[in-house]
Amino acid sequence: MITSIILKKLRDSIYDLLPIILVIAFFQIVVLKQPLPQIGEVIFGALLVVAGLSLFVQGLEMSLFPIGEAMAQALARKGSLFWILFFAFALGFSTTVAEPALIAVAAEAAEIAGQGGLIDPSQDSLTQYAFGLRMSVAFSVGLAILIGVMRIIRGWPIHYLIIGGYVVVMLMTIIAPQEIIGIAYDAGGVTTSTITVPLVAALGVGLASTIRGRSPLTDGFGLIAFASLLPMIFVMGYGLIIFG
Amino acid sequence: MEFIHYFSKILLGTCRDVLPIIILITGFQLLVLRQPIPHLGRLVVGGVYVVIGLALFLAGLEKALFPLGKIMATQLSDPAFIYGTGEIVTRVDWKAYGWVYLFAAMIGFATTIAEPSLIAVAFKASEVSAGTISQWGLRITVALGVAFGISLGTFRIVSGTPLYIYILIGYVIVIVQTIFAPKGIIALAYDSGGVTTSTVTVPLVAALGLGLAASVPGRNPALDGFGLIAFASLFPIITVMGYAQLMHWQATRRTNPH
Repeated sequence: MITSIILKKLRDSIYDLLPIILVIAFFQIVVLKQPLPQIGEVIFGALLVVAGLSLFVQGLEMSLFPIGEAMAQALARKGSLFWILFFAFALGFSTTVAEPALIAVAAEAAEIAGQGGLIDPSQDSLTQYAFGLRMSVAFSVGLAILIGVMRIIRGWPIHYLIIGGYVVVMLMTIIAPQEIIGIAYDAGGVTTSTITVPLVAALGVGLASTIRGRSPLTDGFGLIAFASLLPMIFVMGYGLIIFG
Repeated sequence: MEFIHYFSKILLGTCRDVLPIIILITGFQLLVLRQPIPHLGRLVVGGVYVVIGLALFLAGLEKALFPLGKIMATQLSDPAFIYGTGEIVTRVDWKAYGWVYLFAAMIGFATTIAEPSLIAVAFKASEVSAGTISQWGLRITVALGVAFGISLGTFRIVSGTPLYIYILIGYVIVIVQTIFAPKGIIALAYDSGGVTTSTVTVPLVAALGLGLAASVPGRNPALDGFGLIAFASLFPIITVMGYAQLMHWQATRRTNPH
């Protein structure tokens, strides 16, 4: 019984990984016409990926999903809007502020701004710029989860908020400095980590299924969408303030 | 030995990722909710699975697939491969980059299928919709969107056209689709834009973007290397809503044939 569950999880993970292996093998052998280097290492790595993915998915069902839903239910039962919104903001802010991908992007953005003569290229000012950028992204993700949770509670239709956000992004693109636009657009994508996404999804679905009159499908999703949209606006806004 | 050292570094990173979540949830349980956490033992075991699983996953990717994928991205965008050795390239011919577009599309599709965040969201969506939204259906639709998006993104880098024009047109398409799409799918479609670009996709796609921007004559990596992730977040929204519209349209046509 248990072995058959484990085998099924492993088989699922092999299917998940198979496309990458096929694409890389195809380009290496057919297009670039080169042998696969260090075949032993590649196979060893692939086995690690399959084992890791199976464990991760098992852990999702055992812990991240249930804890997200349990928190949503407990907070909804407590009935205090303040604490729900506080939790939402803290979750978004704290999981983003130390995110390695964000730290890397912020450092790179500072480098570009320094080279482009937009800010003083001394080390101090670069560090300060990168820190400010990181803080504004983390704050915007916290705010995004907060707005998203507020939407679930009040039952606002998501498309007005998202389309409104798009309009703001478009307007800011016109006035924001050219150098920051690419980074701002990418910042939306890098903020939500693999551990945060399942937790946030479970929180939204849990809230929508606990609050009367909300549908888990229509209202429960959408938190991640806000978390990808607001950082773009904030990073461009940061660029506008810093560069004048 | 070297690998154990390397693995423990990744494991430490994953632990740091969960640390704020643990502090936040424990703090809330103790100070605000003042309740014991139900099924604590199971949660802890599951949490350990998540951390170790993710660390193994990342270590395996960085050991086996990322180096090869990154070398490939550089080789495919190398002018010597594209125009043949000995040619002196003065003008960029966007038609010569066929293999790059194909590689971008295929690697975008493949990495999205393996993306753990998307697996999690597809699982939830299928559970919540009582199976109407199939896990593989959603994942393949999203992956097709990423494939198209990244392929178009590489074309943008090669042709040197401004990023914002593509994104603005994409937004207009999303807004028009939102008016016509079935209401139930909209939130999920918007979410699928954000989950596609995570641990697997970002490193390979960023390598492709920076590699291309550095090797295509006249492009500046600082200005043109960014933006592929934005493409990968935008196009899945379009494909997911498009797929839902198609299903909806087929269903209505079946019920009233005239």
